[in-house]
Amino acid sequence: MRKVTDVKKLQLLANTVRQDIIRMLVAAGSGHSAGPLGMADIFVALYFHVLHHKPNEPDWPDRDRLVLSNGHICPVLYATMAEAGYFPAEELLTLRQFGSRLQGHPHRLALPGLETTSGPLGSGLSQAVGMALAAKMNNKKIRIYCITSDGEHDAGNTWEALMLAGKHKLNNLCVIMDRNNIQIDGYTEDIIPLEPLRAKYEAFNWHVLELDGHNMRHIIDALDEAKGIYEKPTVIIAHTVPGKDVSFMENDYQWHGKPPTPEQASIALTELNAVKKSLTRGDLSGK
Amino acid sequence: MKLAATRDGFGEGLVILGDKNPHVVVLCADLTESTRADAFRKKFPNRFVEVGVAEQNLAGVASGMAAMGKIPFICSYATFSPGRNWEQIRTTIAYNQQPVKIVGAHAGISVGPDGATHQALEDVALMRVLPGMTVIVPCDAIEARKATVAAASINGPVYLRLGREKLPVITKESDVFTAGTANVLRRGDACAIVACGSLVHEALLAADVLKKEDISVTVINSHTIKPLDRKTITESARACGTVVVAEEHQIAGGLGGAVAELLSAFCPVPVRFIGIKDRFGESGTANELMRAFGLTHKEIADAVRGLVRKQEMKCKELHEAETALAYNRKKLLEAPKPELYFRTRSGESIRNIPHLKQALKKMSDDVYSHHVTEHKNDFAMWIRDVFGDHALADAIQHARSKSNAEKEIAKVLRELYLKLP
Repeated sequence: MRKVTDVKKLQLLANTVRQDIIRMLVAAGSGHSAGPLGMADIFVALYFHVLHHKPNEPDWPDRDRLVLSNGHICPVLYATMAEAGYFPAEELLTLRQFGSRLQGHPHRLALPGLETTSGPLGSGLSQAVGMALAAKMNNKKIRIYCITSDGEHDAGNTWEALMLAGKHKLNNLCVIMDRNNIQIDGYTEDIIPLEPLRAKYEAFNWHVLELDGHNMRHIIDALDEAKGIYEKPTVIIAHTVPGKDVSFMENDYQWHGKPPTPEQASIALTELNAVKKSLTRGDLSGK
Repeated sequence: MKLAATRDGFGEGLVILGDKNPHVVVLCADLTESTRADAFRKKFPNRFVEVGVAEQNLAGVASGMAAMGKIPFICSYATFSPGRNWEQIRTTIAYNQQPVKIVGAHAGISVGPDGATHQALEDVALMRVLPGMTVIVPCDAIEARKATVAAASINGPVYLRLGREKLPVITKESDVFTAGTANVLRRGDACAIVACGSLVHEALLAADVLKKEDISVTVINSHTIKPLDRKTITESARACGTVVVAEEHQIAGGLGGAVAELLSAFCPVPVRFIGIKDRFGESGTANELMRAFGLTHKEIADAVRGLVRKQEMKCKELHEAETALAYNRKKLLEAPKPELYFRTRSGESIRNIPHLKQALKKMSDDVYSHHVTEHKNDFAMWIRDVFGDHALADAIQHARSKSNAEKEIAKVLRELYLKLP
């Protein structure tokens, strides 16, 4: 797929993905709101700028792999895949319905283009490490990307995988951690303090980048920089705002696991359209 | 008889696979020597991954490697894998349909001195409930080697259960191993013993003992618990009429559970279970524990004897009951007092039931339909009142035609003549 390099185009795509997410969730009547909205910029950067992939040939053997570990934010994955051409955008409104390819948590065999089945937290990174190890055994220049949540760093399995990646110096592996500070029961630092995350990753022999997960220019630069790290796997700690661009959802953990009502959805869409307008006018250029 | 552990056969199988299939990789969670993965590690170091004491990671990493075209074998003790990492196996391997081969070593009570923490008695149940999972429990080292090689060709996840102790090598190089096809080792008619793993040899010993008592048994090596060989097991159960299942695992959810599920639906015969009875293990030597937990040929033979005796008693009881019934119905052949004879409209007297049969044969439709209408059946009433035989009376009542009534009477008479001396 051809790379989109224009930052503004990427920002507009992220805005479209956010609007898709709201429409999907209100149609589904259940699902997660905050996380998907927070990760729209990063997903758009990956699917439209970073990944080597062919949406019309989803099982192309030399594609880069993207493993979504925290499967519950799949609305953003589905919406981005649809915009990238993996399947028709109309299908987004079937999310979570009986017979839909868009299962409540992603299932590899249900939808072409999904690399794995995920949902239960803490095991996606293990699979990404397995893929990176196999790619090295096969002498393939494939890169493996893994999206994780901060909450799933509570899980021992995540750290087991981190250690193995450090041991094998998996420089073909790049983790993007959604550092949005919320999980179901509250704020991450109240549930189980995770900080200092940078120091922890460094101690596990990882290269650490940290950035604002809504700054498209920085996202692209960091993902490109990770490709040049030869000695270690890279983690990008992406500070994101859960519920990004929908004022009443932003930074409120209560929006982790519920969808908007139709009234709330219409307010959310109005707000997102306002963001779109200001993007088109160029008010937010570069950001 | 030569002795060897199933894990030894597995280790040999891995090396064979290493040579012939470049996609096979082996992952281990800090138990390389005792799971016998060490020979593969030595010969193919670049296709071996040591993950450390991290069984959840072991499962997930293998799933990722399988997604890239590898055929991973993951090795640990069964209490840890699939014990500790069941959810990772469920989601990332079974539901995700990745062809990872899960090797649970040190399964069963015969692990011995390590004690209950290291004796997996639940692993077959854990794996058997996962859709698409093949579950194999080899009975000796040769079969374990063949099962290992076969597992790599199965297009899906496989659970391979191994033991620590050396076992008699009872299969031959020339024996065919096909996953899903049980091997019938002995054929008999009194009872079918369905066994797996270490209990297959015990079942053969039990068969030898029973033979001396003139009890001949079928012995089935059901090395694949899922998919179960339904045909072989059902046919043997039908032929023998009784079944004993023997395994080194909890009875709940293991081979016993699988066989009971099958037979209760398709051939409900009496079944007895030799296995762990809802308790944990403990330390001891393998032999001590197998005896203490009732997992030897003695218990198998006892179970067979119990079932056979019960069947014999049931046959005897059934025979006696049938004879008693026949004596009760003997009345049907005798004639009552003349005033109780049946008088037909045409003036004929019918004495008893054989006579009724003859009379019906000759009876005109006119006369018959006088006695049998939509609302009454004089013959049925006569049989009920005079002979007290409600069963025959009901049969006549519902006969619907003269010839059917004759047939019903003929049936009863035939039975009576057979049963009565």
